[in-house]
Amino acid sequence: MIRFRIIKREPLPGWAKIVIPIAAILVTLILSAIPILLAGGHLWKSYFYLFYGALGTRYNLLETFVKASPLLLTGLAVAFAFRAKFWNIGAEGQLLAGALTATVFGVHMGSFPAVMVLPTIIIAGFLGGGIWASIPALLKTKLKVDDVVSTLLLNYVMIHIMGALLFGPLQQPGSSWPRSAAIIEAARYPILMARSRFHMGIIISFAAVLIIWFINKKTIFGYQSKAVGINIRAAHFGGINTTSVILWTALISGGLAGLAGVGELCALQYRLIMDISPGYGYSGIVIAMLGNLHPVGVLFSSLFFSVIIVGAHTMSRMTGVPTYIAEVIQGMALMVMLIFLLFTEYKIRVMRK
Amino acid sequence: MVNNDQPVVRMSSITKRFLDVTANKDVSFDLYAGEICALLGENGAGKTTMMNILFGYYTCDAGEIFIKGEKADLSSPKNAISRGVGMIHQHFALVPSQTVLENIIVGTDSGKGIFLDLKTARKGLLELQERFGLQIDPEARVWTLSVGEQQKVEILKALYREVDILIMDEPTAVLAPAETADLFKTLRSLVKEGRSVVFISHKLNEVMDISDRIVVLRNGQVVAEHRTAETNARELANLMVGRELLENIEKKELPPGEPVLKIKNLNALNDKKLAALKNLDLIVRQNEILGMAGISGNGQKEFCEVLFGMRPPTDGKIQINDKPLKFGSPTASIKSNMGRIPEDRIDTGLLMDLSVEENLILEKHSSADFHRYGLMKSQKIHQYCDDLIKRYGIKTAGRDAVTKSLSGGNLQKVMLARELAGEPSLIIASQPTRGLDVGAMEYIHQRILQERERGAGILLLSEDLDEIFALSDRIVVLFEGEIMGESPGATASREQIGLWMSGVKA
Repeated sequence: MIRFRIIKREPLPGWAKIVIPIAAILVTLILSAIPILLAGGHLWKSYFYLFYGALGTRYNLLETFVKASPLLLTGLAVAFAFRAKFWNIGAEGQLLAGALTATVFGVHMGSFPAVMVLPTIIIAGFLGGGIWASIPALLKTKLKVDDVVSTLLLNYVMIHIMGALLFGPLQQPGSSWPRSAAIIEAARYPILMARSRFHMGIIISFAAVLIIWFINKKTIFGYQSKAVGINIRAAHFGGINTTSVILWTALISGGLAGLAGVGELCALQYRLIMDISPGYGYSGIVIAMLGNLHPVGVLFSSLFFSVIIVGAHTMSRMTGVPTYIAEVIQGMALMVMLIFLLFTEYKIRVMRK
Repeated sequence: MVNNDQPVVRMSSITKRFLDVTANKDVSFDLYAGEICALLGENGAGKTTMMNILFGYYTCDAGEIFIKGEKADLSSPKNAISRGVGMIHQHFALVPSQTVLENIIVGTDSGKGIFLDLKTARKGLLELQERFGLQIDPEARVWTLSVGEQQKVEILKALYREVDILIMDEPTAVLAPAETADLFKTLRSLVKEGRSVVFISHKLNEVMDISDRIVVLRNGQVVAEHRTAETNARELANLMVGRELLENIEKKELPPGEPVLKIKNLNALNDKKLAALKNLDLIVRQNEILGMAGISGNGQKEFCEVLFGMRPPTDGKIQINDKPLKFGSPTASIKSNMGRIPEDRIDTGLLMDLSVEENLILEKHSSADFHRYGLMKSQKIHQYCDDLIKRYGIKTAGRDAVTKSLSGGNLQKVMLARELAGEPSLIIASQPTRGLDVGAMEYIHQRILQERERGAGILLLSEDLDEIFALSDRIVVLFEGEIMGESPGATASREQIGLWMSGVKA
């Protein structure tokens, strides 16, 4: 009789951290052949248009960055929280909270000097998301409420708060749609490249990668949040104020997600609408996992995701494979990555009896 | 009642290793029908491991097992149960939200096709209850039962599976005295019908009370076997704790100095909200090692947690260097200049997934030496850690190596390096050498003695009596949260300490 047993393996060398995500992406692309063929697409043509659509022309390439920006911010938000084992499933709600506070300021700051407007809005959006995220963190540290459940459910609370405001005080005067008035001109992110939508928010999100990497690597707080994530009991024993670490982690995590909301508002929509996010907060979870919770990993996985999302449109137009394929590929990427991560810790041993 | 012909269980030359620790070394054990046989020994002596092997929970590395004369290859508990061997662990395997009856039939074939046949099962259960006097409502949900009643459910579960060799692992540890008496009655009625019971314990009085025969284990080996009628508690205490001296320890004569730790009337609860420490009074002085002997689970864990700031006491006063200690704050304990060596270095003391360096700076990382405006001074930190690694001879691939790659002895050295670096005036060391090899043990003993000479006051909690005797200037024994007695280290008698440890006040 042959039996399989899963056993622990020796820690892998450092290069595995880079090779494994790349291998996971390759395997994902290979496996994607199955749904593409099932959808009746021509295989090589589909792959070609998938990448051509995302990278082939200047406009498409810049559009890929536009798409990557919110994914990068929510991915960082989730990765930063997960690193401290604060299970933030609520980046979606925090994104909306950020967009909501930014809208309030963006609509009403007409009488302020123009230089003040964007910085104020960005800070307000960051705090909006951060404070929304600190609610479940407080519940977790003070009342031991499970953070997975509370962060997830608060997403729906935020959607309904937003709906209530968009049908109420924030509704554009004279409109019957759930949408706000347009934000003022000074509240818009500048476009940085002509004939594209490449905006300042993209720079902000790339800067966020650097800042998070710096916090993680160089600061006391980064050390503390890592320790709390690895073993909260030992961190507490060692004199770390675990409650405060979790609260600050939540604040920063939610703030990053809030910035994603600010970007969508100030660079693309210019007004708050119910559909401001197609689920960027949830994609952020997948992106964070795929990026192994490392800021640079998150950068690459968010770029991969935006390539798939942007490219899927061209592929769909040219080959008839539905754009939903993008979501199938994203889901598959997560599963492949999780399986790969499992095998970084364990291996299968075949036993004969 | 002992029946001397064919043993129902014969374990011969059993050896079991866990990584580099040998839990059982060439152990042989016979069990006869109709007897209660006690397995006596300190924690870590290998009693439970040996029985887990008989129960098919572990497979042994060498040796053979015969059950009722037949060679048995036990690959799983299911396998063992089918041969009539049942085991009740300290932590029960019951589903709290289900009823007694549901718990008992789980995993058995008590159905007609795909339907449960609760009626027949209930009839069988009631019969068993009648026969052995184990009265419990079959419809009661398990979470509503007391611990003693849950144990009865476990026994019924075993009997329902027609187990005739019942192993009980420290069954009285969780029971109130009246429940213990009840349990003993049940066990006697079981053996009267020709079943056999293995009773694992380290409590001498109980073992003397219930068993027909006693097998004593120490360090994974059987050191003696006696009929209960032909031995006494004193002899057993001696056998259990042993007399071997492992190492040569030279201790300088040092007069004790000022008190560094004063504890008055300390009371604390355990996780189950039961009293773990009862009116504890204690003083530790400079240049003194106070050894606290006692078997784990008698309040040591809670005591250390109170001192470490991990568990607020319900009552009492602690003074360190004449300053009152703020309770429930690890930071306050660190700031009181206390070196803290917790018993579980892997779960509480160290962060196994961090690097050696990150562990070494844990308690000091936010001090002004190591950061400016929240940015870590990595150069200074590297220097500090390299120095500690060298001074304590920590064998590691480097300060950046992940801590879990270190061996047990080196983990403890990391722990010591971190805790002793600040020259603490008080050191609390709980089971500092548990699970370590002789070399590492000696190193740690020497280190503790050096700290004593430096002027520190040391509270050493240990189950290892050799260690307590070799190092302590004074010895106290903790039993069920109380100090049973105190004796000077030089003139303490092993029997006396052994008796105190077993709860015998004499």
